[in-house]
Amino acid sequence: MIKVEQLTKRYGSVTAVDGIGFSVAKGEIVGFLGPNGAGKSTTMKMLAGFLPPTSGSAEVAGRDVFRESLRAREHVGYMPENVPLYPDMRVCEYLRYRAALKGVPGRRMRERMQDVLELCGLGDVGRTIIGHLSKGYRQRVGLADAMIHEPDILILDEPTIGLDPNQIRQVRDLIRNLRRHHTILLSTHILPEVEMLCSRVIIINRGRIEAMDTPQNLRERIGAAGHIVLDAKVPGAKAAAAGLRALAGVATVTARTDGGRTVFTIHAAAGADPREDIFRHAAQEKWPVRELSRPAVSLEQVFASVTHAEEH
Amino acid sequence: MRRFRTLLGRELGAAFHQPLAYVVLFFFLLITGFNFHAGVSLLNRAAGGTTMVEAFFNTVYFWFPFLLVFPLITMRVFAEEAKLGTIETLMTAPVRDGQVVFAKYFGALVFYLILWLPSLLYFVVFQLVTDRSAAGAVGSYLGAYAMIVLLGMLYTALGCLASALTDNQIVAAVMAFAAILGLFFLGMLALVMPSAGPLVREITYYFSPVQHMMDFSRGIFDSRPVVFYVSSTALAVFATFHVFQYRRWKS
Repeated sequence: MIKVEQLTKRYGSVTAVDGIGFSVAKGEIVGFLGPNGAGKSTTMKMLAGFLPPTSGSAEVAGRDVFRESLRAREHVGYMPENVPLYPDMRVCEYLRYRAALKGVPGRRMRERMQDVLELCGLGDVGRTIIGHLSKGYRQRVGLADAMIHEPDILILDEPTIGLDPNQIRQVRDLIRNLRRHHTILLSTHILPEVEMLCSRVIIINRGRIEAMDTPQNLRERIGAAGHIVLDAKVPGAKAAAAGLRALAGVATVTARTDGGRTVFTIHAAAGADPREDIFRHAAQEKWPVRELSRPAVSLEQVFASVTHAEEH
Repeated sequence: MRRFRTLLGRELGAAFHQPLAYVVLFFFLLITGFNFHAGVSLLNRAAGGTTMVEAFFNTVYFWFPFLLVFPLITMRVFAEEAKLGTIETLMTAPVRDGQVVFAKYFGALVFYLILWLPSLLYFVVFQLVTDRSAAGAVGSYLGAYAMIVLLGMLYTALGCLASALTDNQIVAAVMAFAAILGLFFLGMLALVMPSAGPLVREITYYFSPVQHMMDFSRGIFDSRPVVFYVSSTALAVFATFHVFQYRRWKS
């Protein structure tokens, strides 16, 4: 559905997007993840046909975004960052205008309007002037606009930014429901969001793609570098740490004593999982163990390690 | 064509959704109403020699609101869209740049022409009350209103160009006002320097709105001003189109 090759955008001497390439298959929800200024928005603007690239090519629904821009735009529903809307219009008026602009035929107008109003939960505010809407409703109007012409592809730039947790959940549910009919490319810098919504993640930093995989795979990939936590009552923290360090498969051990208990943070050697050995060792030493765990690696850590590595 | 109509409808909607539209309408009517009153008084004092149409379209009360109104109408057109960021949603819909520029231009022009509609009533009222014709001949009406349209075309285009150059409506208004005033006073060069000789007079006639209006409101039709206004309008709209594209591609 989306095919991007060697896409580059330069503003003067600043390279915002640097030769990125990826593709999105039909029915996928792909998350664009990266810190502010990483090039997410610029890439999305190019895909939506708003910005021309400096070099490279992009295709949506088989149409080149630059050479057949109008055709390509017909297949894309784009919601820009911060959802710009006309504050002087009423919600229904705005959506009808957008639908006409995007070529929804007159006979289908009523049906499409009903569909998006219902899907986005805008039924009660159809007559409200957009300037009077809350941020959450504005976001939904933006989403309704993006999908009013039943595009194959939805490009959503930071769809949940600036919303309260309740509204975020509503917008996420909405996006999840859209998966059936649309291919979705969304950007965010909220990691749990990607884990919840996306079938694939593209991590982008400084205009380059750093990693591209499913959230699970990414987590596993970095998972080996994860740590083990042991919380136990030991007679002497230093001696205990030395004992643990001697176990096979343990790379480093740091101990932190907190009252009568000591919390060890244990890093395993590459490819090793020494949890069972640690358990036996603790049992042998008769340490009362309160916790032995391996915290799941969040995408946050994936992200940190991926983007951090770049800096060194 | 449907997209163009949709865009034009939106432009007119946006023009009338802002309070500024009614402020402009109110003061424009107030001043032109006063202008009409002044014209009637002039006719009372100096019977003969001039007609109501001539008196109406050739006073400072006519030119003052006329020149002032364009920056107010056009400052919004592109600048607001850039400021709100709606340019992004607009230009990612399947519409051509040209359609957008033309729709915005014609939207502003139509609003301007709507401002002038009530003025037609003045002449009807004049004729009903005084039982005398407001103009020497039909050509006088046609000429005066043709000039209203021609001047409006050019000044609206200049205003749109100014609006396309910036995100700030005030800046757009100031630029438009400066350009329109500059063009207007350039046409008065012969008046300012009477000793400059016939050559200056000859040249300034080509772009002197005061001269053109004087002739046209007498029913004298001259093709030179028509060519001047139509071609310079085309140039300004063309420039607007390119500025619009350039600024989007730079953003």
